[in-house]
Amino acid sequence: MPSASELRNPLREQHYFKLRLIAAALVVLICFGILATRFSYLQLVRYEHYQTLAENNRISLVPMVPNRGLILDRNGVVLAHNFFVYTLEITPSRVENLEETINALKELVEISPSDHKRFKRLRDESHNFESVLLRSHLSDEEAARFAVNRYRFPGVDIRSRLFRHYPLGTSSSHLIGYIGRINDADLKGLEKNGDLSNYKGTDHIGKAGLEQYYERHLHGVTGFQQVEVDADGHAVRVLSSAAPVPGDNLVLSIDSKLQAIAEQAFGSRRGAMVALDPASGEVLAYVSRPGFDPNLFVDGIDPESWKALNESLDKPLINRPLRGAYPPGSTFKPFVAMAGLEAGEREPPFSISDPGFYMLPGSSHQYRDWKPGGHGSVDIQRAITVSCDTFFYGLARDLGIERLAGFVSHFGFGRKSGIDMDGELSGLLPTPQWKAKRWKQPWYPGETLITGIGQGYTLVTPMQLAQATAILANNGVAMRPRLVSSIQQGIGGTDEPTALQTMDRVQLKPEHVELVKQGMTDVTRPGGTAASVGAGAPYNIAGKTGTAQVVGIKQGQKYNEHAIDERHRDHALFIAYAPAEAPRIALAVIVENGGHGGSAAGPIARQVMDYYLLGKEPSPPALPQGEAPEATNAQTEPEPHD
Amino acid sequence: MINLSLKRLTAHFDQFLLGALMLTLVAALFILYSASGQSMERMTAQAVNILVALAVLWMFANIPPHHLQRAALPLYVLGILLLVGVLLFGDVSKGARRWLNLGVMRIQPSELMKIATPMMLAWYFAKREATLRFSDHVVGAVMLTLPVGLIVKQPDLGTSLLIGASGFYVLFLAGLSWRLLIGLGVVAGAAIPLVWPLLHDYQRRRVEILFDPSQDPLGAGYHTIQATIALGSGGLAGKGWLNGTQSQLDFLPERHTDFIFAVFGEEFGLVGNLLLLLLFSVIIARGLVIAANAQTMFTRLLAGSITLTFFTYAFVNMGMVSGILPVVGVPLPLISYGGTSLVTLMIGFGILMSIQTHKKLVTS
Repeated sequence: MPSASELRNPLREQHYFKLRLIAAALVVLICFGILATRFSYLQLVRYEHYQTLAENNRISLVPMVPNRGLILDRNGVVLAHNFFVYTLEITPSRVENLEETINALKELVEISPSDHKRFKRLRDESHNFESVLLRSHLSDEEAARFAVNRYRFPGVDIRSRLFRHYPLGTSSSHLIGYIGRINDADLKGLEKNGDLSNYKGTDHIGKAGLEQYYERHLHGVTGFQQVEVDADGHAVRVLSSAAPVPGDNLVLSIDSKLQAIAEQAFGSRRGAMVALDPASGEVLAYVSRPGFDPNLFVDGIDPESWKALNESLDKPLINRPLRGAYPPGSTFKPFVAMAGLEAGEREPPFSISDPGFYMLPGSSHQYRDWKPGGHGSVDIQRAITVSCDTFFYGLARDLGIERLAGFVSHFGFGRKSGIDMDGELSGLLPTPQWKAKRWKQPWYPGETLITGIGQGYTLVTPMQLAQATAILANNGVAMRPRLVSSIQQGIGGTDEPTALQTMDRVQLKPEHVELVKQGMTDVTRPGGTAASVGAGAPYNIAGKTGTAQVVGIKQGQKYNEHAIDERHRDHALFIAYAPAEAPRIALAVIVENGGHGGSAAGPIARQVMDYYLLGKEPSPPALPQGEAPEATNAQTEPEPHD
Repeated sequence: MINLSLKRLTAHFDQFLLGALMLTLVAALFILYSASGQSMERMTAQAVNILVALAVLWMFANIPPHHLQRAALPLYVLGILLLVGVLLFGDVSKGARRWLNLGVMRIQPSELMKIATPMMLAWYFAKREATLRFSDHVVGAVMLTLPVGLIVKQPDLGTSLLIGASGFYVLFLAGLSWRLLIGLGVVAGAAIPLVWPLLHDYQRRRVEILFDPSQDPLGAGYHTIQATIALGSGGLAGKGWLNGTQSQLDFLPERHTDFIFAVFGEEFGLVGNLLLLLLFSVIIARGLVIAANAQTMFTRLLAGSITLTFFTYAFVNMGMVSGILPVVGVPLPLISYGGTSLVTLMIGFGILMSIQTHKKLVTS
């Protein structure tokens, strides 16, 4: 039963409550007082003690950077490796006068103006207490000279850092790519993928080519060491550690010798070449000319070199096999022929009598053949061999643009090949829908005609062209192209081959394939448009020349190679596979502003095939224009330049 | 018209409290930017958290206290059920089972209990107002032990401590006798040797290292040592924003969450610390004034408990970072990175504002 005292009086109760609140407020005051005292103790009384501790924080977590994986070609030739170099580094927070210090250092160690500039840039990008690179690749002598004088330079240290080196220099540069300093964008990407902690202590990351695409494999796993350090930040004792796991090695399907031969064949000309093994999709050669020296980027490229590369008219930084988009020219014709045959058009014995031009019904516009006067009687096989434009104008018209584009897309046109490298363009396979969307214009019948001979809107990358050739050589089976044939896990670790992948399979009638292939094989025989390419070869080559217009020619005008500026000359293209009966290599060559496909691009292809199939090296000195030495005089016809 | 509707919208904001909260939150964004290694992304994320939390604050400020009183019992029961659910079916992360996956979303029922527990106790004592007896305190203690026990089991020492404190404050403010309090203190002291073997290894370790952090400089003591160095080396005026070496170099662990105060103390020094203490004191003082002026038993007890719980948050966190309290997972209120605890805190402040602004004009 509630007693009298338990029946509360609201006012008295509120009073009690307030007393309790006051008690609580007192507790709060006392507790905060304790905190304030503690803070004062730590931050005033013991300040110097903690200040010292902070400066020489005795326990430091030191990341152990894993060795980056190597990149090797199919024969074990090293394309990218690491080595230790001495670097001279400055921790700005520990140096009183930076300029004076650097000037004093110049007496001991050579410091070029570009080193100095790079130092300033790196310093802007980093924290005050981080060690910033001043000079790399110190010689032993320089390192020793500095070591003797070290006492004069607090805050300046010699370190040994792992550097990436590309022994081939400007050869294969686009293929291998390069690593560079991690920037803000890279950091964001790493943070997003949760990889940030694995990059502690790592300064570099893959920026281009295989170095970029296979970053995850190449980097490895960072280890950690807990060390006790002295006042200078040098490790005295290791307390515990977890070893780093080195990155995986990449073994490429590329043959660097084949690369070198192709690059030499290009000489100083611009262009690209991709060679594939049609049966496996392995990339045998991947050439982009001109090249650049990837070693420039590792250390942070100096502004002059960057400007030179970036502003060069030759555009050496463009990864042409994947990012160069060219009109395919007549190299497109075999695929259009395939489309015609499979669609039931132009099956033998169909043939035309070529007057040297084609006219759409009801129009007087002449779509000209590259050969004035025409080729006479032409069936589909001969149309490929002599690259008869008139034949393909008519075929394209009868097929219609939708059927044409729909069919040739099976050969990889208009879509990415799926190669193991970033940045691939998908080229362009035009359709009326595309034109309506892109240009808000209707499709004109004439555009179908020129699409049929590989001109007009159509754009291909060298990679796509090589892939299309490989698919044809492989009777319609598309293999995913890949540069890396296996990934080796560490030293003595497992060797994991990359998967063979079939991407697409077009059903083609064997007799149709045979017709197109025969037409292409005749291209490199006397009477074909690239007879010189096949001359003297102990194996059969199936090929097709192409010429892509850079500047338009007006109706009734004649193209005169010598009258126009070199950079306005036509691009020369050549696709081929060999041996024609049992293809082991399929390739595409593009020589920018090279003129004619047969004479400019063809010989490069021939040298590559000779080496790959016969082990035959080109006899030095290679002719400057790369013309096949055994060129026959039998072929006097003009080269196609449609 | 616009003025009028704006007035209606903000009618239930306590401007004094809101001002102090906003000041703290702005400081929080600055220090978070530094503590997260100058991550704009993280700062933006927290800014969004703050906006959400402010919306929640507004919502709760507009709920009249008697609605809360009615919701107290159902919320408490729901919370207990969810906690049991966590124990049975919860998701394990970082060695603790704290989350309940409801299919649509993952919830952390212990957060709900931070509000529901003091509400339940305040509701109970308000109901028994006229006939309060000692046995009611026993009942209250049981109501408190239930959620605290369930959360200790997860295990989540920090949260159970905060909920335990919030309930204890209700008991205390409801008039738990001083004699009993002192008696309990003595018993608790005597019980330590008995409880010791029941604690988890990691909990015991934390207590041991509390008294001697140097025991384990690389493991559990690492946090405390590095945090103390950070604070101490900040000195009177601090090393300046973004310039804390302890914080910017990777010496400080969990520096944007539980240990963010170390970054603050290193970069803003003693002056900054005392200003922060002052800011917290202002918030607490305003809360206590609201409690003192509250009209019903329920609102009084609830307001007092919410305010003192906020104090506990701050004290425990700052105490643990400065090395006078064991390291338990309690974030620095309003400042540590994270949306959940911020929203819970703002619900509390919303309730405070509601209590202050929904007072009826009564003559007494």
